[in-house]
Amino acid sequence: MTEAQARSDEAPFDAVVLYTFTGVAALLSLLATAFTKDPSFRFAGWTMLVAFLAGFLALSVGMASGRLRSDPTRYADGVIRAGVIATMFWAVAGLTAGVLAAAQLSWPGIFYFPDAPWLNFGRLRPLHTSAVIFAFGGNALICTSFYVVQRTCKARLAGGVAPWFVFWGYQLFIVLAATGYLAGITQSKEYAEPEWYVDLWLTIVWVAYLLVFLGTIWKRKEPHIYVANWFYLAFIVTIAILHLVNNAALPVGLLEAKSYSLYAGVQDALIQWWYGHNAVAFFLTVPFLAMMYYFVPKRAERPVYSYRLSIVHFWSLIFIYIWAGPHHLHYTALPQWAQTLGMTFSIMLWMPSWGGMINGFMTLSGAWDKVRTDPVIRMMVVAMAFYGMATFEGPLMSIRAVNALSHYTDWTVGHVHSGALGWNGFITFACVYCLVPWLWKKERMWSSALIEWHFWIATTGILLYISSMWVSGVMEGLMWREYTPQGYLANAFVETVAAKHIPNIIRTLGGLMFLSGALIMSYNVWRTIRMPGDVKAELPAAAPAPLPAAAE
Amino acid sequence: MTGLVYEDVARFAQQGGTIYFGLVFAAGLIYALWPHHKEDFDRLAQLPLEEDRDDV
Repeated sequence: MTEAQARSDEAPFDAVVLYTFTGVAALLSLLATAFTKDPSFRFAGWTMLVAFLAGFLALSVGMASGRLRSDPTRYADGVIRAGVIATMFWAVAGLTAGVLAAAQLSWPGIFYFPDAPWLNFGRLRPLHTSAVIFAFGGNALICTSFYVVQRTCKARLAGGVAPWFVFWGYQLFIVLAATGYLAGITQSKEYAEPEWYVDLWLTIVWVAYLLVFLGTIWKRKEPHIYVANWFYLAFIVTIAILHLVNNAALPVGLLEAKSYSLYAGVQDALIQWWYGHNAVAFFLTVPFLAMMYYFVPKRAERPVYSYRLSIVHFWSLIFIYIWAGPHHLHYTALPQWAQTLGMTFSIMLWMPSWGGMINGFMTLSGAWDKVRTDPVIRMMVVAMAFYGMATFEGPLMSIRAVNALSHYTDWTVGHVHSGALGWNGFITFACVYCLVPWLWKKERMWSSALIEWHFWIATTGILLYISSMWVSGVMEGLMWREYTPQGYLANAFVETVAAKHIPNIIRTLGGLMFLSGALIMSYNVWRTIRMPGDVKAELPAAAPAPLPAAAE
Repeated sequence: MTGLVYEDVARFAQQGGTIYFGLVFAAGLIYALWPHHKEDFDRLAQLPLEEDRDDV
């Protein structure tokens, strides 16, 4: 056996690194689990131990069978298939948690469980928001970014097994965060609830994600970096910065779950909402626009309407968004000039947001007939319309005088759901409907009729949701500021809660319809994957050189 | 007592920041609108439409 052959029989370097890493991490988890006195930290330790041992065993089997060698002439699609399945799984889980939380608000007598504290609204609500944003949205972003960056760079994902580490590491982050919330572990920062050890774990995974993405761009064969990749890269880099700054905290002890933020008072509030609003901007807007800039032209078979506009869209959006956070702190201890700054930049966002939406719509020029015939295109159009509506409503609500009415009311809840269900949800569903046949080599989805059902049930659900929340939000805002002729407040707080009963029920129904759509879609995806394959497409374009046999 | 006070730092950050971000944004705008780039951009607008293959 020659030296070159012997080397090709060895396990790839990236797998050896990850193998060592999971082994060491499993050992550290074991020690932490054994020595901690904090029961909630011990539970997290057990979770990590099981996860790292599973990874260690999977890598052992993978290296022994020689299956971890990647073929540089083919795209890495296995991790994207896993991402699509995870996306649908977390969609159903996160939406179910949301429907249950909505039911608790509608029928607190029925859905209050005194014997099950982990199902308390206060724990279920962050579980819902994190599950839909970070688990459903995050998995969709990671898998679509892996798909788009490979196709537009004409290069296989960098890092060998590293993309799989990103995928499974991210699932571990979700499980650690979610089980922590249910057990009552939280640092009480909105959209940044996970405690310090979960934050550190996410940092490791996120850096690996950044390196995989950058490495793929680095070895691209296409000289230009396609605009969607700019949007994805801004998402990865900015989320890393936001995450590190907002979560700076000092743990009570190295074997304790509890930590205290490095910031206090109004500084803490400002940093939290600088983070919070940019989670909306750089998690829920910028990378979903990357999906729009790849999947809308691809599905419509029309070029991007104006590539120039897409570049101006990108730079103006990221320059302006980062300043908008203080509009969450109107009428607080935050200096008035900072509030005005946040409000002004929010209003300036009208221009790039609508410029981008128009760019997406105009990409359909010459393909508008597909809105009638293709439910996936229709889903994309509705998604872009909700992007436009939500980004019109947001700046409006950031104006101090409007905010005086809308803040702390259901209007805010309606606003985020028009963005989250209409824009994020629908553009993701549309992309998954595209990706499933492409990735599993099928001609089309199993049932086009079920896509129609999904579209109409979910669209009606969104409309019920946002219109009921507008009504209840404006109503409670007006009730809170109503005075009697003698100058007393006219309504007790509990009266404003009671007045929202019917809108709350309509909201629950809307959420249930949106969840039903996701269940219909999951069934359709499952049947599509199980359909007999398109044999022709499964053959590689050119016969690849046979991989060397595994070491014996 | 002289030295750097809050007002000086704030003025530098506000004015310097405005100029710096203004210039960077102008550079992005000039890049996007430069007539020479039109050919590239027309090709890039078609990039997602290329036939999807499994091999690189």
